[in-house]
Amino acid sequence: MKSIILIIVSTAFVNNVVLNQFLGICSFLGVSKQMKASASLGVAVIFVITLASAAANLLYSLLLEPLGMDFMKTIVFILVIAALVQIVEMFLKKKSPGLYKSLGIYLPLITTNCAVLGIALTNVQKEFNFIESVAAGFGTGVGYTVAIVLLAGIRSRINEEDVPAPLRGAPIVLISAALMSLAFMGFSELVF
Amino acid sequence: MNKYLERLYNGIVKENPTLILMLGMCPTLAVSTSAVNGLGMGLSTTVVLIFSNLLISLLRKIIPNQVRLPAYIVVVASLVTVTELVMHAYFAGLYTALGIYIPLIVVNCIILGRAEAYASKNPPLLSAMDGVGIGLGFTIALFIAGALRELLGAGTVFGLRILPKSMSIGIFLQAPGAFLIIAFIIAIMNLKGVKTRQKQLVDSGCNGNCAACTVSCDKQKEAEQK
Repeated sequence: MKSIILIIVSTAFVNNVVLNQFLGICSFLGVSKQMKASASLGVAVIFVITLASAAANLLYSLLLEPLGMDFMKTIVFILVIAALVQIVEMFLKKKSPGLYKSLGIYLPLITTNCAVLGIALTNVQKEFNFIESVAAGFGTGVGYTVAIVLLAGIRSRINEEDVPAPLRGAPIVLISAALMSLAFMGFSELVF
Repeated sequence: MNKYLERLYNGIVKENPTLILMLGMCPTLAVSTSAVNGLGMGLSTTVVLIFSNLLISLLRKIIPNQVRLPAYIVVVASLVTVTELVMHAYFAGLYTALGIYIPLIVVNCIILGRAEAYASKNPPLLSAMDGVGIGLGFTIALFIAGALRELLGAGTVFGLRILPKSMSIGIFLQAPGAFLIIAFIIAIMNLKGVKTRQKQLVDSGCNGNCAACTVSCDKQKEAEQK
């Protein structure tokens, strides 16, 4: 149990997926303009990454490893993730139109989000078992959500400030991200 | 200008994928810790890009339109796997340094973006040349970011000491330095009046996608219309 909590905390904060590993930067920078969209995307990411980590782990330990086809993991994972997101999308559309309306448009975005594939591959590299993989996936999703919601908050403040002309647009957002990343480095002192 | 040379110019200068189009930010931020890493990542992406453009262009009349994206992903993922195995065998140092970011070339926006925007509509040789141009543009941008970070963070470029050790600012080698260096590169281009598509990077969700930029964007618009 202790190791599971440790994995969640370390993936969510210490090795934050966006601010430390640079995965999912594109949607992190692109969607953080609006707070509401950021929160919805965050929830969708938690959901998809947790599910994808579970699926990737099962596939790897039950199929790829016994067959000695370790090198196929990149191809298999990306296809499985794409198919999985597609199924989730169809399922939500049918069973829960309300949820689909708020999360649905973000789902296709996540298919090719590098964070999802990145975590599946990291889990294999770290030789995590099923439960550890799911925990790592969940922690990563939480870390992503925390980061994007915080950045969205910062950006809504920046919009009202007088930013020097050359820094307007992308640079000031990247500098905000840099300062957040600096703050998150403090978590690395949390040694268990 | 010769149309093949025009592709090179287009990729390196006019539509530089990183500096002008602002695509593929994840690898740019992640592996620009040194000039060697930047160059290695850039060149491996270039190899994948050249062959994926060539193959997709050759297959463009065979792949049915509805399943083109999964087909492209399979082509790119296979090429990335080959690259990964070759690097593991012959460039073990670089392979360890780049780590997880090598398989993640699959979801690099630039590769699927070029497949969709160029290779699926143009003849093979021209597409391969487009891959060379765009790949070199990406490599140059990664090299600039990597060299700057290495210079500021450790005072060296390619391991050769340029600034004294006492002048190096360690934070540039760590995560925050990646964001800072890209921010300053864009700010300098703003100052010089270079037109970049930075609005795409920070304004819209659909263009800020890690891969398949155009494809997912269409899907999103479709969903919004419904």
